[in-house]
Parts: sequence; C-alpha cells; structure tokens
Amino acid sequence: MADVAMSPLRAHEDPPWVRRTLIGAAVVVMVALVGVPLLNVFVEAFAAGPAAYWNNLVHDPDTFQSILLTLSVAPVAVFLNLVFGLAAAWAIARFRFPGRAALTALIDLPFTVSPVVVGLFLLLLFGRQGFFGPWLQAHGIKIVFAYPGLVIATAFVTFPVVARELIPVMEALGADEEVAAVSLGARGWQVLRLITLPNIKWALLYGVILSNARAMGEFGAVFVVSGHIAGQTDTMPLRIEKLFQEYNLPGAFAVASLLSLLALVTLLVKTSLEWRTRRELREAEQARLDVGGTA
Amino acid sequence: MSITVKQVTKRFGKFLALDHVDLEVPSGELLALLGPSGSGKTTLLRIISGLEAADSGTVLYHNENVTDAAVRDRNVGFVFQHYALFRHMSVFDNVAFGLRVRKWPTARITERVRELLRLVQLEGLERSRPSQLSGGQRQRVALARALAADPKVLLLDEPFGALDAKVRQELRQWLRRLHDEIHVTSVFVTHDQEEAFEVADRVVIMNRGQIEQTGTPQEIFERPATPFVMDFLGNVNVFHGSVARGRARLGSLELAYPEYQQDAAKAATAFVRSHDLEILRHKSARPSLKAEVVHINPARPVVKVRVHAQEFGVWLNVDMSWERYHELSLRAGDVVFVAPREVRVFVQDYAI
Repeated sequence: MADVAMSPLRAHEDPPWVRRTLIGAAVVVMVALVGVPLLNVFVEAFAAGPAAYWNNLVHDPDTFQSILLTLSVAPVAVFLNLVFGLAAAWAIARFRFPGRAALTALIDLPFTVSPVVVGLFLLLLFGRQGFFGPWLQAHGIKIVFAYPGLVIATAFVTFPVVARELIPVMEALGADEEVAAVSLGARGWQVLRLITLPNIKWALLYGVILSNARAMGEFGAVFVVSGHIAGQTDTMPLRIEKLFQEYNLPGAFAVASLLSLLALVTLLVKTSLEWRTRRELREAEQARLDVGGTA
Repeated sequence: MSITVKQVTKRFGKFLALDHVDLEVPSGELLALLGPSGSGKTTLLRIISGLEAADSGTVLYHNENVTDAAVRDRNVGFVFQHYALFRHMSVFDNVAFGLRVRKWPTARITERVRELLRLVQLEGLERSRPSQLSGGQRQRVALARALAADPKVLLLDEPFGALDAKVRQELRQWLRRLHDEIHVTSVFVTHDQEEAFEVADRVVIMNRGQIEQTGTPQEIFERPATPFVMDFLGNVNVFHGSVARGRARLGSLELAYPEYQQDAAKAATAFVRSHDLEILRHKSARPSLKAEVVHINPARPVVKVRVHAQEFGVWLNVDMSWERYHELSLRAGDVVFVAPREVRVFVQDYAI
C-alpha cells in the first residue's frame, strides 16, 4: 500500500476513490465469504474444548477410519496423477501430432464435468450392471463401493492439476536441453531424470501439492462410487456430511477443521512454490532472451 | 573420420528441404555449409548428426553406414545454435554430462573435464552456472561439452550466430586454431560468408535443398560455378545480355566468349565484382560504359562509388583504392567511363 500511495497518479490510473472502493469491496467479500466461515469452523470444532475435539477425531472409530482412508486414497491418486500428468504434459509440450489441440482440451474435461457425473460414469463402467461389471464380478474384483473405486474417482477428478502446471513450464523451457542430452549419449530415462525433472521440479511439486489438496477434499465423484459404508468407504468429506446429517455438529466441524487446516497449509506451500515456479519460467525466458538478444 | 552423404533427400510436408544431396567430408577437414535460410544446410547437418532422419539416402562415417543409427550411438559432438547448456548444472557438470551417461570412472571424468576447460580457456569457472557466463563463454562451454567424449565428428549449427560482432570475430579465429590443434572432422553451418571463408578448409554453398558449389574459399571466390553463387557472394554487378558466335553482348559492352560459338543468340547474365570495375576519365580502346557518378562513399579500406550508366539503364557499384580515388579526384556528377577487368558470363539454361 505504501508505494501505491507514494507513486504519482498517472493518467491511465483510476482516481483514488475508485481504487479504494474496489479494494474495500474485495476485502469485505473475502472476509464475509471466506474469512468468517473458516474461522467459524475452528470455533465450532473447539466449542466443547480441546479434549472433546480430540475425542471426536480419534475415539469415534468411523471418523478415525475416514481419516485413515483419505490418507491412503489421496497419495495413490496423487501418484497416478503425477505419472499421467507428466506423460500428458510431455506429449503436449514436446510433440506435434494430429489431435494435439483436442487432447489439450480433453485434459481439462475432469474440471468442466460435474464430479457427480464422473461418479455416475464410473458406476456405468465398473458397477454391477456396468460395462465391465460382469467380467469384474467373475474374477472377484471389486472396484465400485471399494478402495479402488475411490482411488479411480479421485485420480480422475484431480487429473488436470499436474498436467496444467507442467505444460506452460515445459513449453517455455523448450526441448533444446533434452535434445542436447540425447546428442551427448543420454537414454530416455537419463534425459528425464537428469535434465527434465530438475528443470521442472518446482512446477511439479506445486502440481502435486495442489492435486493432493483437491484429492483429500474430493466429494462428488467419491460420494457416488463409495456407497457410504461407514467405517469402510467413507472418506473425510463424506464423513463430515454424514456427521452433519446426524446433527453431530462438533464431530462434523472437528473433521472439517482438519480439511481446512490442510487447505491453509497447501495455500502457504503453494504461494512459496508459485514464486519459485515463476522464477523457473522467468529464467527459461531470460535464457532465450540472452541468447537471442545479442544476435 | 570421414563423412559421406549419398543421395540424401528430406521433405517437411510439401517442402523439399534436401534434394538428392551428395557430400564428402575427408577426415580432419573443417567444412562450412553456407547458404541462405531455408537452403537446407541445417537439415543436412542434423541428418549427418542423426538428430533428423533422412527420407532416403545414406550417411557413412568412414565407410560405416550410420543412416539408421540413433544420434546417441553415433558419438558425434553437436554444438547447438543457442548452446542448449543445462541451466541447472555447473560448467563442470555440463562438460561432464556426456562422460557420466557413458559411465566413465569419476577420476577420468575429472581429468578430462579439466583438460577440456583448459583447451577452451575456461579454467576457474568450473562452478559457475551458465546464466553467469557471457555469450562467448557459453559458446565455449558448449564446445567443450560436445568435445568431451572424443567424438568422431564435430557438428556446429550456426555456432557464432548469437554473438555480437567482436566476440564472433575472436571466436572464429579461435575455432580455427582449435581445429588445427585437435583435427576432428568438423562441419559447421553458417549464413555468413565471411565466417565460412575465414574459418573453413572447404565451403559448400547450398540453395533450395541442393549443393550449388563445393570448393576451397579461394576456388569459390575466383571461380563461382553458378549465378546463384556469384550473386550470393555479393558485391557484384549484374548485366543482362546475350551470347552468340564467341562474343558476349551486354549493351554497349562487347566481350569475347569463346565457350559459345553458335549463331543463334542465347540470353546470358554477366556478373562483375565491384572491385573488378575500373573507372576511367576518358574513353579508351577497352570496352567500357559511359556513366555518371551518383554517390561516393569514402569508406575504409576502399572507396565505394556508385555510378549510373544511363544509356544502358543500370546502376553499378565500383570499389577503388584510395590512391586511385585521389588520382581521379572524382566528384558526384562527373561523367566517366567504366571498364570491367573481369566478367563472368552465365548462359541461361533453356532446359525448362
């Protein structure tokens, strides 16, 4: 704010009252819609004191089970996401092929489709009456209403996150260093491990953190494929909903506070990583300018 | 290690980048591929390296067919136009990269990298990052990195293109000396004829996917094989006329042209270098054109004079020494006679 006030008003800048009104409106909306509810989550969670809070989280077996489930679903989904995201970003940033634009658009599909529809879609594929249903049943494989279904639903919904982070960075970096590595005798894996990954590490980590947050908080798709079996297929968001329906507000808010805490930590890490990712991008562009500019 | 390219053709969609190209690079030679952009010189270099695959034709390294070998198995050193240094690695790690992926023992890597950094005069910069180096230093790191694993051939894509004029000049001479020291068969691509002529043992001039002429700088400069080469070398004046019965007729200029003795006149183009034109105060027995001095540019080391031959409708560029300039005491507006010392006549091909 200080340097905004000190800088002289330029012709293209809005008058101070316009700026103050807009900034004020933004602050009011953020406090009312985000700040107060977030604070309220913690207030409600601790309403009966820390002991009750702890009790609600750890000594309610179904709640505790839901925390464990989320902690075991999210990492697997994120890992799948990491592999697919890296592969998709590589394909889009490094190759020119027919259908590339369509693939780029398709990557965003999980973000544009309602998660509930994703869930239904998975039911249609893997459910008892689904496309693969009879085959899966014949082989005793359970996907829907079980752990694999939760992982697939979560991975599907969060799929664009890693790819979206990587594509612009990889495009800005270009393939020059990778081609150089190949010309020096490196094999595919060596190129990935020694050249590509070190160059995109911050963007990759950023994508992983973000997709982890999305994975832990996923509700819609998981809601459809989980079957809400308490103590078995209820993840944290599903558990919150169930506790809320049972009027167990302290219990619901206790679990909600955990997810909120996760969100805050993610936000913090994300901000610091965003800063590094931007530097990665800037260095990539600077390197090109250095080389091109003196020609 | 010699390089042989036989009948190599490459298309990018409808664009014919290389059209049945043959090229022979003897072992230990430093060869320049010279041509305008789009002439196919970089594509040829990339096919020699294995970074690009030819549609047809073969590439041999010392009689060994490497056409289908991957670039990583050819053991070539490639210097990229924009260097492509590994930005997250130090200078040392950049140079060591090719040795590490080839699993050299650590002690030998250290020894080899130090040797190379000495060769490219970058001792003491082992720990620097590429972003901390100047353009010329980056270029030399790229060269050291390419030379690290003792490549059979060294290929350079516009190696000095991204540097400013002064650094470029220094690096050119330095590359020439380096090549005299290590003698690895080298091919470099450039669009700068001065660079090609100064550095290379032999120059290959390319145009539209084909080789126009191959020869030593002197051969090419003295005996350009085609109108394209003549024109590309620049500083030439172009005359249009015809040939018949052993004579070339270019407006009021008439010259002997014994190569064509037939009666039927054929269209011809003649090229005269600006330093092969002489300005005379008075008409003499030599064939000459009457012209008016339009502009004088007293540059160094030669004075550049532009004249207009009205009756012939052409503007000509004439280079002359300062002595001659003072002798003539030329001024704009003077009427003079321009006589060619040497003319190269190309009879147009009617094969179309």
